[in-house]
Amino acid sequence: MLNSVPSQDNLVSVRNLSFSRGNKKIFDDISLDFQRGKITAIMGPSGTGKTTLLKLIGGQLFPDQGVIHVDGQNVHKLRRTDLYNLRKRLGMLFQSGALLTDMTVYDNVAFPLREHTHLPESMIRTLVLMKLQAVGLRGARNLMPNELSGGMARRVALARAIALDPMMILYDEPFTGQDPISMGVLVHLIKSLNNILGLTSIIVSHDVHDTSAIADYIYVLSEGRIVGQGTPEEIQRSDSEWVQQFMTGAADGPVHFHYPAKDYVDDLMSTGNRY
Amino acid sequence: MQHTNNQDTLVGIFVAAGILGLFFLAMHVSNLSSFVEEDSYTITARFENSGGLKVKSPVSAAGVKIGKVSSISFDPKTYQSVVQMSIDSKYNTMPDDTTASIFTAGLLGEQYVNLEPGGSDTYLKADGKIEITQSAIILEKAIGQFLFKSAEEKK
Amino acid sequence: MSQFIQDLGKSTRTSFTKLGRSTYFLLQTVSGILSVLLRPRLLLNQMYSVGVLSFLIITISGLFVGMVLGLQGYYTLSDFGAEETLGVMVAASLVRELGPVVSALLFAGRAGSALTAEIGLMKATEQLSGMEMMAVDPVKRIITPRFLAGLISMPLLAGLFSAVGIIGGQVIGSGLLGVDEGAYWSQMQASIDFQDDIINGVIKSVVFGFVTSWIALFEGYDAIPTSEGVSRATTRTVVNSAFSILGLDFILTALMFGDH
Repeated sequence: MLNSVPSQDNLVSVRNLSFSRGNKKIFDDISLDFQRGKITAIMGPSGTGKTTLLKLIGGQLFPDQGVIHVDGQNVHKLRRTDLYNLRKRLGMLFQSGALLTDMTVYDNVAFPLREHTHLPESMIRTLVLMKLQAVGLRGARNLMPNELSGGMARRVALARAIALDPMMILYDEPFTGQDPISMGVLVHLIKSLNNILGLTSIIVSHDVHDTSAIADYIYVLSEGRIVGQGTPEEIQRSDSEWVQQFMTGAADGPVHFHYPAKDYVDDLMSTGNRY
Repeated sequence: MQHTNNQDTLVGIFVAAGILGLFFLAMHVSNLSSFVEEDSYTITARFENSGGLKVKSPVSAAGVKIGKVSSISFDPKTYQSVVQMSIDSKYNTMPDDTTASIFTAGLLGEQYVNLEPGGSDTYLKADGKIEITQSAIILEKAIGQFLFKSAEEKK
Repeated sequence: MSQFIQDLGKSTRTSFTKLGRSTYFLLQTVSGILSVLLRPRLLLNQMYSVGVLSFLIITISGLFVGMVLGLQGYYTLSDFGAEETLGVMVAASLVRELGPVVSALLFAGRAGSALTAEIGLMKATEQLSGMEMMAVDPVKRIITPRFLAGLISMPLLAGLFSAVGIIGGQVIGSGLLGVDEGAYWSQMQASIDFQDDIINGVIKSVVFGFVTSWIALFEGYDAIPTSEGVSRATTRTVVNSAFSILGLDFILTALMFGDH
């Protein structure tokens, strides 16, 4: 873990990363590794900056300290064109799907192909229909994004993310707000895409059950630090109180139920001031 | 794709209408149409006072515009106003004893040069001079004289 | 008192920061113009939502403004017996001032606010950052075509506004009030100068189009990505555009017509 030379097995390596927003430290000197061809999950309660981590990996945000290597390249030292070339090989699935609302499903999936390749329209059509078929939405190609359900929008976004056959996909909370069926569909899709296309996946999620079902390795984050890591089985058996609370969803534990406040009795008894 | 086609048509109509509007402003509203320097020849006239005459003021004969003022300058020797006019070369038969006067269109309208042809058989040539001129009527002066005269009569 | 000075200092600094950000944004936007010209389809789509959708409001307003000018001008001028110069008055006020200014104000209200809301919502729904992750520069792909469309549409709209207004003034003046039609046009043509009036009017409207599009797009791009943030940004677009248009109009008028 401490060797600073990124190993060849790791597609992404994060070393001694610190990042803060205003006065709030979001990451405090963390190091993570993401193996090629594997599904790695980053878990933790909401507000621990999981999405921020994805944006740091994608080069949209700059760290205060530390380095992030993706496929051997230091993301934050790249020139703009090189960064864009790297991003062409990354797919990112946003929580909202981030579909372009003024285009049909078909045009959304075709968008990266049209922007980055000079393929003839007939070949784009074939590719788009193949990607849509993979997510089961070939029949929905003429719908507009506002006509899609949340789960469908996410599947379209997934089809778009794999349009350029990336080497890695970053999933931002793919399971949030999904009904059990679309959740099942997404879990299945992520797993099979990873196996069939040989992708590397990073999933950011707070959904314990479904994520541990497909992840090969899990990092648990809290308050800017890694509090637990390992395979799903190791995490389940972890003796860290914190990890246990998170995995079982207990209301009180190391993470307190109450937001920090002054003493309850004193608070109730005090009069005069409104707050 | 039908949608895009309609849209393109509307954009086309919009751009055409906009250009037409600008074209209308240029040709029909402004003086651009009379700007086109067709063949013209220059004549000069000297006035005691050219009043509110300006460059580009119209030059007309018998109420029809035949040219425009191209420059106005002051001659420091004769203390006269030297007005150059470019006249459309279609109208190249102005006699050399033509009278040039400065008139006002309406009471407060623009001033213009009126050419009153004489009876001579020889025509004005390029860079010719008009000898007989009548200065602009200065409104304040005219009113002043009128008031002075009526006051005299009352006595 | 010291609190007040502190606040003042803070807000001055914020304004400068914002000005700096918006200038950087403008440079980014302008640097994309070449790539947009290579893909005219992007521009054409935006010409539709920026230009065509403002077409109706601009023409109708232009007609009414022209008709009002015809009426008002007639009553004022007939006191001096100078009804013949109605055309000059209508055309001069439209071509020099009202055409560029009023159409720019309407443009800010119609197209500018829509642009801010659109860009703000794209930001709020992560479409812009999604595009960035797809290695597509959102400024070049989204902002520049809209900016260019605004820049091109504005003078066309202002020209239409003035043209329709002058016709409206003529309909009222000679159709209703009996000003001689020939005099309306000929006096106008004698007094309105192509260079001084028409070209300067067009220059004004290009400047207004530039500023309004810049403000609208920047406010959208810089909006806090929540529904409240976007609604505030939209308001700011309309207010700031109106101020900029009127302020710039004064400066431009002083520069253009000052030496006469």
